[in-house]
Amino acid sequence: MSSIAPGWEAVIGIEVHVELLTESKMFCGCPARFGGEPNTNVCPTCLGLPGALPVPNRTAIEWISRIGLALNCEISPVSVFHRKNYFYADLPKNYQISQFDIPVCHDGWLEVAVDGELVRVGIERAHQEEDTGKSIHVGGGGRIHSATETLLDFNRSGVPLVEIVSKPDIRSAAQARAYAQELRGVILELGVSDAKLEEGSMRFDANISVRKTGAPEFGTKVEIKNMNSFRSLERAIAHEIDRQVSVLESGGRIVQETRHWEEEAGVTQAMRTKEGSSDYRYFTEPDLVPMVIDEAWLDAQRAVMPELPAQRRARYRAMGLEVHAAEVLTDSDPAIRRLFADTVAAGAEPKAAAVWSTGEVTGWLRKNATSLDRIPLTGTDLAELVAMIGSGAVSSTAAKDVLNGMMRGEGSAASVAASRDLLQVSDTVALAAAVDEVLAANPDAIDRFRAGESKVVGFLVGQVMRSTGGKADPQLVNRLLADRLASSP
Amino acid sequence: MGLAELTIGEAAAGLDRGDLSAVELLSAVLERASMTEAELHAFLTIDRDGATRGAEDSDRRRAAGEQLGPLDGIPIALKDNLCTHGVETTCSSQILAGYRPPYDATVVGRLRLAGAVLVGKTNLDEFAMGSSTENSAYGATRNPWDTSRVPGGSSGGSAAAVAVGSALGAFGSDTGGSIRQPAALCGVVGVKPTYGLVSRYGLIAFASSLDQIGPFARSVADAVTLWEAVAGHDPLDATSYRGTYPSPRVDLDKGVKGLRIGVVKELSGEGFEPAVEAATARTVEQLAAAGAEVVEVSIPAVEATLSAYYLIAPAEASANLARFDGIRYGHRAAGATTEEMMARTRAEGFGPEVIRRILLGTYALSAGYYDAFYGKALQVRSLLQAELAEAYAVADVLVSPTSPTTAFEVGAKAQDPLAMYLCDICTIPSNLAGHPAMSVPVGLDESGLPIGFQILAPALGEQVMFRVAAEVERLAGFEARPAMVGALA
Amino acid sequence: MPIDIDIAHVARLARLDLDPEAQSGFRQQLGVILEHAAKVQALDTTGFEASGHPLGFTNAFRPDEVRPSLPTAEVLSMAPESRDGYFVVPPALDQED
Repeated sequence: MSSIAPGWEAVIGIEVHVELLTESKMFCGCPARFGGEPNTNVCPTCLGLPGALPVPNRTAIEWISRIGLALNCEISPVSVFHRKNYFYADLPKNYQISQFDIPVCHDGWLEVAVDGELVRVGIERAHQEEDTGKSIHVGGGGRIHSATETLLDFNRSGVPLVEIVSKPDIRSAAQARAYAQELRGVILELGVSDAKLEEGSMRFDANISVRKTGAPEFGTKVEIKNMNSFRSLERAIAHEIDRQVSVLESGGRIVQETRHWEEEAGVTQAMRTKEGSSDYRYFTEPDLVPMVIDEAWLDAQRAVMPELPAQRRARYRAMGLEVHAAEVLTDSDPAIRRLFADTVAAGAEPKAAAVWSTGEVTGWLRKNATSLDRIPLTGTDLAELVAMIGSGAVSSTAAKDVLNGMMRGEGSAASVAASRDLLQVSDTVALAAAVDEVLAANPDAIDRFRAGESKVVGFLVGQVMRSTGGKADPQLVNRLLADRLASSP
Repeated sequence: MGLAELTIGEAAAGLDRGDLSAVELLSAVLERASMTEAELHAFLTIDRDGATRGAEDSDRRRAAGEQLGPLDGIPIALKDNLCTHGVETTCSSQILAGYRPPYDATVVGRLRLAGAVLVGKTNLDEFAMGSSTENSAYGATRNPWDTSRVPGGSSGGSAAAVAVGSALGAFGSDTGGSIRQPAALCGVVGVKPTYGLVSRYGLIAFASSLDQIGPFARSVADAVTLWEAVAGHDPLDATSYRGTYPSPRVDLDKGVKGLRIGVVKELSGEGFEPAVEAATARTVEQLAAAGAEVVEVSIPAVEATLSAYYLIAPAEASANLARFDGIRYGHRAAGATTEEMMARTRAEGFGPEVIRRILLGTYALSAGYYDAFYGKALQVRSLLQAELAEAYAVADVLVSPTSPTTAFEVGAKAQDPLAMYLCDICTIPSNLAGHPAMSVPVGLDESGLPIGFQILAPALGEQVMFRVAAEVERLAGFEARPAMVGALA
Repeated sequence: MPIDIDIAHVARLARLDLDPEAQSGFRQQLGVILEHAAKVQALDTTGFEASGHPLGFTNAFRPDEVRPSLPTAEVLSMAPESRDGYFVVPPALDQED
């Protein structure tokens, strides 16, 4: 991915919409599921029938509070809903119940690991709103502008939606991607959404501007929509940054507009511009009453919140893992993380435990298309293997074979190593004898070593390995040889 | 005396004694309708089949000794902005011509549960916007006391129906006086409950923070019966009150000895007809003679209240009426795009008063104007509430004329929106404050037109309000019947 | 002083297709009404917050439970045009975000 042209700085904010996985919709009791036959999960409220009224889903408000806590936000002690007024076919009331100036959550932050560094991205706000129905444009190849008619399905109308707006703290496409992925990790960990990008239960928009490095003011920002994967998020932002820099460097002006990311063409396209910006005529929703969120409510949320990725990562770092290793482990399957924890608990050194859990074990599972719950490997077993490598009982190469056997249920590390004949000889006395034999058989070796031929060491080690049938611990052999060579007259 | 002349209390007693059946009662009421409707046009829909089934079911239940509801067998009319499942509900608008809601309003459901016989849907000013029922897209309703005059509005149909006996009770909605003012002009009792006491689920919204459903009846005791049948928390309405409160029936006949009656200084003088002022003064004297303490109170914000109402109500209405777009129900005009279709549908389907208010409301909320208009109006509302709180420190209830004038001629104010808006000067403060208020007929003017006396109470003050109303009714001894009925007797 | 109103803009915001004569008529009426409504500006409301629910309660929620939806056939029977379970409309182009 290209990095920004020198002398320029990108200023990026990301807006994320998350559909909550509640049983029922935000303001009515219809199932908050869609797919299935169109217009089967609708009622007067989510269909915008005359006379219908909204009543907020308590669980949704509990969950948005948890999102706010997880994002280190201030939670507004009193917040209200507003009507956001605009006309569109998939918006049944032609207003959306949303939040305007008093969102549930505001002024938080999320720590993101990018290229081995930790960066803090500010969270402007997270607020509660309702989703719209779905429009399907038919005729004219499915593109809006040549459609002959539009079909409407209101199953999704009214599903609870949380909008999370970052501060414009992001400075590169890679950071943006990392932020989006981290945010998704938090959401998944909280269990409040299935956050499936391809299904639209998590959606992003990006706001991008550029400025000369060190310039005090922000440039004109452009909104980018239609990025349906992390990869397209990163590509779109990188492209847009380049586009804006090009325009400005050639003396042009950036137009404040909304652009669509075209995945195949790899470019952003200006959308049809509307006359003037939208006037949403926000006013406090008179069909609803304010929400008071007090410490008791927040304590109840804190009591059930899981460990979040950032906390987990910090915990792993505290154990001694490097940033990258902590990152990999944090992102791993819960089963792998449990294996790691058990392995450390059984006495293994954490770095080694992490390498083996996320490396060989994970790789083996993938190659053999299975999962840890089907394998008899325990943390104690893995700790034993790690200890055997540490003590030299097996070489690290041989250990992979041992693991293979363990994963297949052949037995413990020790028994597999023995039965597969993978044990190293690390008996110092026996090896010393072997070294002496080889030296005796190669009398000129010492002279050649003294004369500066350091290569002869390798030859001698090879001889010892051969004489022990390849089972000698090579590090031990090296050490013994070095001692002998140093002490010989 | 014809059965259609009975009060609900008398009819219920008669049904209990077996003097009459629900079928007979309905028959009398339907006959009264058939004799008056040509001139009156109170109804948009008379549901003969549904009502007959309801009456037959009621008689069957009674005969079988089953549990009966408090309104069992009583014929009730419903304003046509209350959703009735499968029965056309138009809000007197072309945009909902033929619309049959797929659900009952909560109030309608409760009335069915109470055993009420639902006679039909009554005429109103389109979308409840008006004070004369002249804004109906299906023709005006006339005043039964003088058919060259208006019945008031917007619930003119319900008021007129009860006044002539084509229903023994009815329900309407009151946003700025739309129950009380037609009740006064038609010589019946009309009640606007405390905001939040009666569910708005299924009431086709005009102004969400002001609308309340309430009863029309020919006696205060009847009004209590109707109020009891529908008041109470509804989980489908988030603005519906969850607390408990005693029924107004408890204190109904306690009289006014020791109660403090506050006469609102500003609701008199210019614009108030002499006969109306005289009747109001006479009623206050009667209350004093009956043991009440009379004080004068001042609500200086009253005049500004009218202006605030004409910003708040249209603003909320402009959003509430946005859902009428021709997509999911109601009228649809032709259009090459959805946007064109929506704009034409709405221009065709809405009458001029509705369009006027949508434009007004949209303007008041639009960018640059919010603070000066809508935002300011909300503050005026708070100021009014503060002034009323001060008044209720020295008075248990406040009183005033319900309307500055008696029924005016059809067409007299139709061309002058501002003159029409002034009809609501006495009633609007209660809507803005969310307080209960009701109108009781106390006499006729020199043209034989009814005059209504208004009692206002603080939030949840129904007990004291009905108690004073019952005494006013007793003291006034209002027995007159509209000319139209007199001719039939 | 009559208030100047961009009636075409307001009508567009409200999706009301009014012909120029109608627009002109409404603009005039609105001007008169707004003049009177502007009386609110004369009032000193210092210290007064925007009003809320008169009974002042908060936290009106419902539990996260599924309740029956409407039968699809009944839903679509209200529609001016529907097909294969969908509501059908002319192409809906101007998508706001």
